Amino acid sequence: MTWFFDNLSYIRELAWRHLWLSVIPVVLGFVIALPIGYAARRWRLGGKTLLSLASVLYTIPSLALLIIIPGLLGTSFLDPTNVLIVLTVYAVALMVGTAAGAFGSVSESVVDAARASGYSTWQRIVQVELPLAGPVLLAGVRVVSVSTVSLATIAPLIGVSNLGSLFTDGFQRYFATEIIIGILCVVVLALLLDVLWVLIGRLTMPWLRVRGSR
Amino acid sequence: MIEYRSVAKTFPDGTEAVHDFSLVLPSRSTTVLVGSSGCGKTTLLRMVNRMVDPSSGQVLIDDADVASRNPVELRRSIGYVMQHSGLLPHRKVVDNVATPLRLGGVGRRDARSRALAALETVGLDPTLADRYPGQLSGGQQQRVGVARGLVADPNVLLMDEPFGAVDPIVRAELQQELLHLQRDLGKTIVFVTHDIEEAFLLGDQVVILRKGGEIAQVGTPAQILADPADEFVRSFVGLDRGRRTLRIQEVDGKRVVVDADGRAAGVLA
Ligand SMILES: Nc1ncnc2c1ncn2[C@@H]1O[C@H](COP(=O)(O)OP(=O)(O)O)[C@@H](O)[C@H]1O
Ligand SMILES: [Mg+2]
Repeated sequence: MTWFFDNLSYIRELAWRHLWLSVIPVVLGFVIALPIGYAARRWRLGGKTLLSLASVLYTIPSLALLIIIPGLLGTSFLDPTNVLIVLTVYAVALMVGTAAGAFGSVSESVVDAARASGYSTWQRIVQVELPLAGPVLLAGVRVVSVSTVSLATIAPLIGVSNLGSLFTDGFQRYFATEIIIGILCVVVLALLLDVLWVLIGRLTMPWLRVRGSR
Repeated sequence: MIEYRSVAKTFPDGTEAVHDFSLVLPSRSTTVLVGSSGCGKTTLLRMVNRMVDPSSGQVLIDDADVASRNPVELRRSIGYVMQHSGLLPHRKVVDNVATPLRLGGVGRRDARSRALAALETVGLDPTLADRYPGQLSGGQQQRVGVARGLVADPNVLLMDEPFGAVDPIVRAELQQELLHLQRDLGKTIVFVTHDIEEAFLLGDQVVILRKGGEIAQVGTPAQILADPADEFVRSFVGLDRGRRTLRIQEVDGKRVVVDADGRAAGVLA
């Protein structure tokens, strides 16, 4: 405990870095996965291929990806951008399937009614299908968020510090307290982020809160 | 006036929903398409607002082929009411009703006040305006659906079994209100149902359909009852079982009308 308070500002600094190293990939992953998921649902055959491609992406070892990416993009080896890109790739890979399922969960008859009311295709996707896919999308974001916060702890292995540094550092010094505090901090950060997504969901989907509505 | 000219529809999967359909639907009156499930009623209805494009033939509104109209614009100019209301579950009742106005470029405030007026027209309490559709009963949802169909004051109103999913008492109420509304508004209504009683009640012109959208008979309810075209029509309207047969009985010097089972149906004036 004393170690925690002695290093509070250091831990806060690490937590802050960890936070944006996680939030940016989650948000980017969400934004990128949406159109891919929508497309995957629309074209029956191509959709299947897209979805399996996404899951293959997810099986690539993260460390390998972290090492390949600087070579591919010409970024410097210690650049945090590498971490952001890798985490975004995983977020997309996880989110595409959920997004496809989310758009699939929207009732056909509501989409049909929107068409009959005179929504153009674009208006219908943005104003009807997207919000109605919201609950499933939110569930997906929550899963991706937890997994990204946890996955981000590998960043120190390629020289980008965040809460994961408490693991590597504690491990090198055989200092269990630091490792345990590192784990706790990661868990707390994941939970806080989860609360944030739930709050955003409540604000953006008020119709789910009313009694008796579906 | 709406006119179907030799319209046919075969869906991509090979289903021939409509074989060869021609009909004129006079303006400012209600035409009911009635027939059993799967006979092509919905397909025919949806050709009017280009939710379905015919494989061959034309649909004309006031002598202009709908195929020449932009489908989105066309749909905004035509009211559409469907079974299970088709309301957007994530929009408040008033916003659902305002949808056709908003899509047509009407400002938020103006749209809201017109939507509230439309809710009143269909007999809904304005306190329901800020609820979500899921918080309303089935009958109330159908009323909202009708309000949405009417709010932009379209000339043409398409109704696809709008009262099919509500209980009989509410259905009777909604039917009476539609009759009332139509007396005031004089829309060109195309109404689809599988219920012959509903068809006779609401239709100025009733079109009885067989499979493939084949017309068995067109006429006013009285014409059809007086002179059914064939056995199919006779049985469809219930003439074969004597269900429509009324007789007059003298009771205490008054002439009472009784049905086939001898139950009193009314008194002759
Ligand atoms: N999109 C579609 N694709 C293939 N077949 C369809 C489609 N829509 C309707 N059908 C078929 O066309 C026929 C007529 O359907 P419909 O017009 O919905 O009948 P109704 O409204 O009278 O019940 C039915 O056999 C139905 O299965
Ligand atoms: Mg139908």
